[in-house]
Amino acid sequence: MKNNQSLGTAAISKKGWLLANRFLILRRIVQVTILTLFLLGPLAGIWIIKGNLSSSLLLGVVPFTDPFMLFQSMASGHLPLFQAFLGALIVVLFYGLVGGRVFCSWVCPVNLLTDAAAWCRRKLNLRKEKVISRQWRYWILAMVMILPLFTGVMSWELVNPVSAFNRGLFFGMGLGWVLFLMIFLFDLLAVENGWCGHLCPMGAFYSLINRTSLMKVSAVKRDKCTDCSDCFDVCPEPAILKGPVYGKKHEIGPLVKDLTCTNCGRCVDVCAENVFQITTVLSGKNSLAKGGEIK
Amino acid sequence: MSKRPQRKVTRRQFLVNASKGACGVGFMGLGLAGYSNQSQSFNPQMLRPPGALAELDFQSACIRCGLCVEACPYDMLKLGRLFQPIATGTPYFLARTDPCEMCEDIPCKAACPTGALDPELNNIDDARMGLAVLIDQENCLNFQGLRCDVCYRVCPLIDDAITLEMHRNQRTGHHAVFIPTVHSYVCTGCGKCEEACVLEKAAIKVLPIELAKGELGKHYRWGWEEKEKAGSSLIDEVLDLPDRVPEVLK
Repeated sequence: MKNNQSLGTAAISKKGWLLANRFLILRRIVQVTILTLFLLGPLAGIWIIKGNLSSSLLLGVVPFTDPFMLFQSMASGHLPLFQAFLGALIVVLFYGLVGGRVFCSWVCPVNLLTDAAAWCRRKLNLRKEKVISRQWRYWILAMVMILPLFTGVMSWELVNPVSAFNRGLFFGMGLGWVLFLMIFLFDLLAVENGWCGHLCPMGAFYSLINRTSLMKVSAVKRDKCTDCSDCFDVCPEPAILKGPVYGKKHEIGPLVKDLTCTNCGRCVDVCAENVFQITTVLSGKNSLAKGGEIK
Repeated sequence: MSKRPQRKVTRRQFLVNASKGACGVGFMGLGLAGYSNQSQSFNPQMLRPPGALAELDFQSACIRCGLCVEACPYDMLKLGRLFQPIATGTPYFLARTDPCEMCEDIPCKAACPTGALDPELNNIDDARMGLAVLIDQENCLNFQGLRCDVCYRVCPLIDDAITLEMHRNQRTGHHAVFIPTVHSYVCTGCGKCEEACVLEKAAIKVLPIELAKGELGKHYRWGWEEKEKAGSSLIDEVLDLPDRVPEVLK
C-alpha cells in the first residue's frame, strides 16, 4: 500500500506548490473571509453581514436563510415570514448553480475542523477502512425532518454541531467546544471523514440541491492518469471518482456527477497530470449531457 | 442509459440495510425526542425577547440566527449555548443582570426574519415577556414597613404596572406599610424591578406568565362584577331566611 506521506508531492514537483494547492488556498481564503465578515460586527462594530449561517442579512438588505433550517421549522409547524422564504430561495438558487455541497467545503466552518482531522490522519498514516456506511447521513436527514412532526420543535437544532459551531464562533461557544472536540477526535480516530462524509444530515440535505448544479468536476484528461491514486487519497468522498476516472470502458462520462461531490477541487490540485478540471455546463465539450450517470 | 455494471442489491440485503438505518436513527431520534421535551421546561429565569410566541411555537419558529441579539442596542440578549438549560441557540435575557430596556421601535422584533418575535407587536407596552411577582414577602423591605420603593420607582410603567398599596402595619400596630403591587394587565415583564431590587437576591422576580398566573374556573363569576354589569344586585337585597327558633321557645 502506498504511503500517504507522498500524497501531492508529485503534483508539487511538477506544477509547483501554488498550483498544486490553489483550490485549497482559495477555499481557506473564502472560509476565513466569511467568518471574518460575520465576526467584524460583534468584534469591531463593522456590520457588513449580521446574523449567522442559519439566517443573515447582508448590508441590511439581502436576506440569506439556511433552507435546511427553514424546512425543520416548517416541519415543526411554523409558517415563516416572507423574508425567511426569500433568504432560503436565494441560498437554494446559489447552491443550485455552483453545487449544493459547495456549502460544505467552501463555507461551513466545521470543514476546517474535519479537514484538519483528515490531514492529521494522513500524517499519522492511519489506514483507510470502511467502518460505517455513507448512507447514514440520509437516514439521519430523514429523522431530522420527521422528528419535528412529533415533538413540535426543531429537535435536531438542539444538538446540530454545524449551526452550533458557527453560532458559537460569533455568539459565544460555552461548553459547545466539547462537542467539536468530539467531532475532531471521531474523524481522527474512528472514521475517516466520519462527520462530513457519513453522518452530517446538513451535508446530505445540500447534496440533494447538487442535482441542478452547473459546475462539476470532470476527469477531462483521464487518458493521462498514471494510477497514482492521489486523488482518491485526498477526496473526502473517494468512491465517487471511480466511475469518472476509470469508467471509460464502461462508457461512463468523465463528469463527477455524484451528488455528494463538494466541488472542493482537491483532486484538481493533487493530480500531477492535470486530469481534472472544474467545468461548467457551458463549456460545450464537457457538457452535462455527455456526462456519466447520476449514481 | 449507462452500461456500468451495477452491484445488484438483493431484496434481503435491502431489507437488512433499511432496518439497520431505521433502528439506528430510531435510537437517536428517541434520545432527541426526550431532549426536545425537556428543552420546553427550561430555566424560568431565562426570559424571551419582546413579542416572543408561546414557548412551543417560539421554539418551532426561531431559526437561531442571532439577528435579534445583534439588533439589541443594549446587548442584553444572549443566545442559549449547547448544554445550557434552554433550547440551543434561542435568545433569552436575564432580568437580574440585563433587563429589557423597552425600546420604542423594538429593534429585536424588527430584525426577526421568521416571525418568532411577533411582527404584529407595535407598542412595546403590549409586550408580555413575563410577569413580575413579589415572591419573597418575608425579605421585601416594604413588607416590613420600610420605604424602599425601588422596584416601584424604576418601573417604566410606574403607577400602572406597579402601584404602592397602603395597608396597616400589623407588626407595630400604628404605622402603614406600602406594598408594591404588580398588575398583570400592564406589566410587560421587562425585569427592571428585579434588576433594581436592593436585596442580595431579588424579592421581586420576573417569571414566565404561565408560571406566575393563576386562572379562574371557567364557570366562576365575581359577584360584584356581575352586579355592576347588571346594574343591580342579581338577588334580592335582603335575604329573608326562615326563622329557626328552638322548639322549646315556641
